[in-house]
Amino acid sequence: MLAALRQRFNTWLFRPKIEHGTVVLTQRRIFILPTRQGLALAFLLVLMLLGDINYNLSLGYVLTFLLATMAVMSMLHAFRNLAHLEVRAGRADAVFCGETARFLLHFRNPGVLPRYQLVLRHENGGTITFDAPAQQDSEVVFPLPATRRGWLQPGRLTLYTEFPLGLFHAWSYLHFDTRCLVYPKPVDEATLPPGVAPDGTGRRSIAGDDDFAGLRVYTAGDALPRIAWKAYARERGLQVKQFAMQVGEELWLDFAAAPEPDTEGKLAHMTRWVLDAEAQGLHYGLKLPDGELPPGDGPAHRDECLRRLALFGTGGPR
Amino acid sequence: MNKPLIYALLLSILMVTAPHAEHLPPWVSALCAALLLWRAYLTRIGGALPKRWLLTAITLAGAGVILIEFHTLFGREAGVTLLILLTTLKFMELRSPRDAMVLIYLACFIVITNFFYSQSIPTALYMLATLLVIVTTWVQLNGESIALRPRLKIAGTLLLQAIPLTLVLFVLFPRVQGPLWGLPQDAFASSGLSDNMAPGSISRLSLSDEVAFRVVYNGLPPRREQMYWRGPVLWQFDGRTWTPGRSGRTIAPEFTDLAQPIDYSVTLEPHNKTWLFALEMPDRISVPASLTHDFQILRREPLKARLRYEVRSHLVYHANPHEPERQIQRALQLPPGLNSRALELAQRWRAEGSNDAAVVRAALAYFNRENFRYTLEPPLLTGMNNIDEFLFETRQGFCEHYAGSFVFLMRAAHIPARVVTGYQGGEYNDVGGYYIVRQSDAHAWAEVWLSGQGWVRIDPTAAIAPTRIERNLAAAVPDSAALPFMARNPPQWLRDLRLNWDALSNRWNQWVLGYNSELQFAFLTRLGMEDITWQKLALNMTFALGLVIAAFALFMLRHLFAQRPDEVQAAWLKVCRKLAKTGLPRPPHEGAQDYAERVAAARPDLAAAIRDLAARYGALRYGGEQDEHAKRAFLQRVATFKVRQGIIRDS
Repeated sequence: MLAALRQRFNTWLFRPKIEHGTVVLTQRRIFILPTRQGLALAFLLVLMLLGDINYNLSLGYVLTFLLATMAVMSMLHAFRNLAHLEVRAGRADAVFCGETARFLLHFRNPGVLPRYQLVLRHENGGTITFDAPAQQDSEVVFPLPATRRGWLQPGRLTLYTEFPLGLFHAWSYLHFDTRCLVYPKPVDEATLPPGVAPDGTGRRSIAGDDDFAGLRVYTAGDALPRIAWKAYARERGLQVKQFAMQVGEELWLDFAAAPEPDTEGKLAHMTRWVLDAEAQGLHYGLKLPDGELPPGDGPAHRDECLRRLALFGTGGPR
Repeated sequence: MNKPLIYALLLSILMVTAPHAEHLPPWVSALCAALLLWRAYLTRIGGALPKRWLLTAITLAGAGVILIEFHTLFGREAGVTLLILLTTLKFMELRSPRDAMVLIYLACFIVITNFFYSQSIPTALYMLATLLVIVTTWVQLNGESIALRPRLKIAGTLLLQAIPLTLVLFVLFPRVQGPLWGLPQDAFASSGLSDNMAPGSISRLSLSDEVAFRVVYNGLPPRREQMYWRGPVLWQFDGRTWTPGRSGRTIAPEFTDLAQPIDYSVTLEPHNKTWLFALEMPDRISVPASLTHDFQILRREPLKARLRYEVRSHLVYHANPHEPERQIQRALQLPPGLNSRALELAQRWRAEGSNDAAVVRAALAYFNRENFRYTLEPPLLTGMNNIDEFLFETRQGFCEHYAGSFVFLMRAAHIPARVVTGYQGGEYNDVGGYYIVRQSDAHAWAEVWLSGQGWVRIDPTAAIAPTRIERNLAAAVPDSAALPFMARNPPQWLRDLRLNWDALSNRWNQWVLGYNSELQFAFLTRLGMEDITWQKLALNMTFALGLVIAAFALFMLRHLFAQRPDEVQAAWLKVCRKLAKTGLPRPPHEGAQDYAERVAAARPDLAAAIRDLAARYGALRYGGEQDEHAKRAFLQRVATFKVRQGIIRDS
């Protein structure tokens, strides 16, 4: 009952909702409460005041009042340290499971004073501290460990500051609709399945990586390792090395062909296949229980494959 | 914990404890200094902090020695000593930001303990500087990456902003008259006169420049030789020390033939004793106190805080002309069997003189005629018969020697007499228009009871060194004597400086240090506040604080609230508003050019003007036009754009 009330109160007060675009930290969004140190200081000040009264210490009164009013002013300073900061979520590049997702946040400080000691905190306890210089944009990378494939959402982040005296905790919640795609963690090593010609009969020379077969002009999406840098250095423009290999024309990476017994294992295996196939400049496609991805190559195709693998069974790609 | 922070903390603690070095036991000062140095060294070389058992051992040993030395761990002296020792030891186990925070709080607390010893202007300024260092360190603790300059600026801003708020609180905070609980006996150091007199007790005081009290006369001041500030009266003599003795049942003081009234106010420094000083003889005082049968003004409680009171005295009087027999007997008491030569001398005068007054004259003449010297450094009197020793052998003494031996002689001649201690004279401060009476003006004189006249003041010092009474101490002793600075006659400019300073200190004492519930009441009444209650004070205080804080908030956040409106857009919107009044509103989705064309069609008289404005607006707002001239021109055209008349006046 109490918990439910509390939940409703929090909902009303903090208005948890997912936002997009630029968030300006207005007065309505900034909350402020004394810290434990602040409460300790209040206790100390009461003791001091009692001493002043008892000993009739005029300068003691002055000191007590100075400290007390300074503490009150530090509340305004803490508030100002956050007020009207503009925050925008940036991109987060896809990572493999087990790596660290790096969420980019753009902070703009429109004020003439620098903001010191801003802290971003995730619900899992991870924090990152940074300053936002005056009238400048600053980029903050918030790292989060990617532990599961699929979409990783940072959830609600807390931006807080206790500057300058640590007596008050001023905070605001940031909940952006940003997310990071987490690919399955590839297995260490896997042998690519043999390729097959589209008609299933002929074998002919197609692009492979066994024998060098000449150069062709670079087209967007060609794998970087295959660029002929030496040619480029001789100012012949971007060219791509072509190799000949006796394999099937199309390589189908089949979910069913992965040796692991479980889904996650199979996905990990397929991830390795995709990476290797792309590295070797092959023409490859995906066969998954929920559909096929026709063969193709290039980074865009690879990313699409990885995306399908990452999102397999998570309710479809969104 | 990074090094700069530790050094900053070291500096804070050093600054805040340094003034205590003066009154801490030397071993504590040395131990604390050694510990802080050690910590600085460890920080420098990056060494490990001492083991906990070692610190525990030092703590326990230190507390033990303090306990042995002070016989307690509480009270002012022992408490402060322990606090400083523990703070330094805390430094030795400074590891986390939390420890640093504790140290900063301790430093703030030690600031306040300094005020037990001194609340002067220099102390206040020094402590303000110390506080700035502490707050700067505090900011550093919360933001280690910030450079010194911005850190100082933040700390300074915080302090400066706190000052007006502190002023409000200081004036309006409902003052409660302390103490709330019993003060430890040593809460206040006592200086000044004590309630007994032995050879050396007053000459010791004359080495002190400290102010005893300040006096403002309403009207003409009395002559200098009439400025006898009456303090403790001493009746009992044990052969060496004069004490008040036991008065038993007493009568009320009785004054007759009073003349030459004089009104004045005294601001007395706290001396931790019950007596108040007034010119002889006082008969009216503005604070609760009683006038005893021997004309001392006594408070019920020892004076712990500076006190200002109004007094009326009469310089001409007959005091207690009808003294009861019991008191006469007390005034004739002598320690039996001592100082036989003095007794003999007095009895000879008694035999020669026809009446008491003649004996008094004979005694004064004796002091004047014989080779007596007035000196601050008299030879030590060692024997049991020290009156004899002084009168017949050394003949060098300070006022307590003369007053004591004179009273002895009078009693020996069977004339009731007693010793009065207090202050004599004072220095005029023409900057502040008041007199300063210092400890170096401490004095002792005698009083004899003559039948028909009552108690008559006799100052034997005046018979030996009349200049002491008429001018001051410096005039009466040789130049080589070790006199306090102000008791000498320094050069004029230095004197002026000192007097200016004293006038400032006096203001400070009266208004800042002496600001209590009474002064608060008087001050606020003068400001026009009526029916002052603490509720009303609290209300006013809250209101004033709120006002100042709101003003600060507005000032600090002004950059944030001021939505710096785009002047160009504002001007364009103004044009649109003007046109809207003529029935041509611009819907939000309509662009400037389209709108201009529509207006031009509806109002051909405005066509040229509105097309011009729209074009300029478009160029400024969307065309990336940054030219200040173009902007000015646009704004000027908007200002002169008139719709009603249908005429465009172009500048």
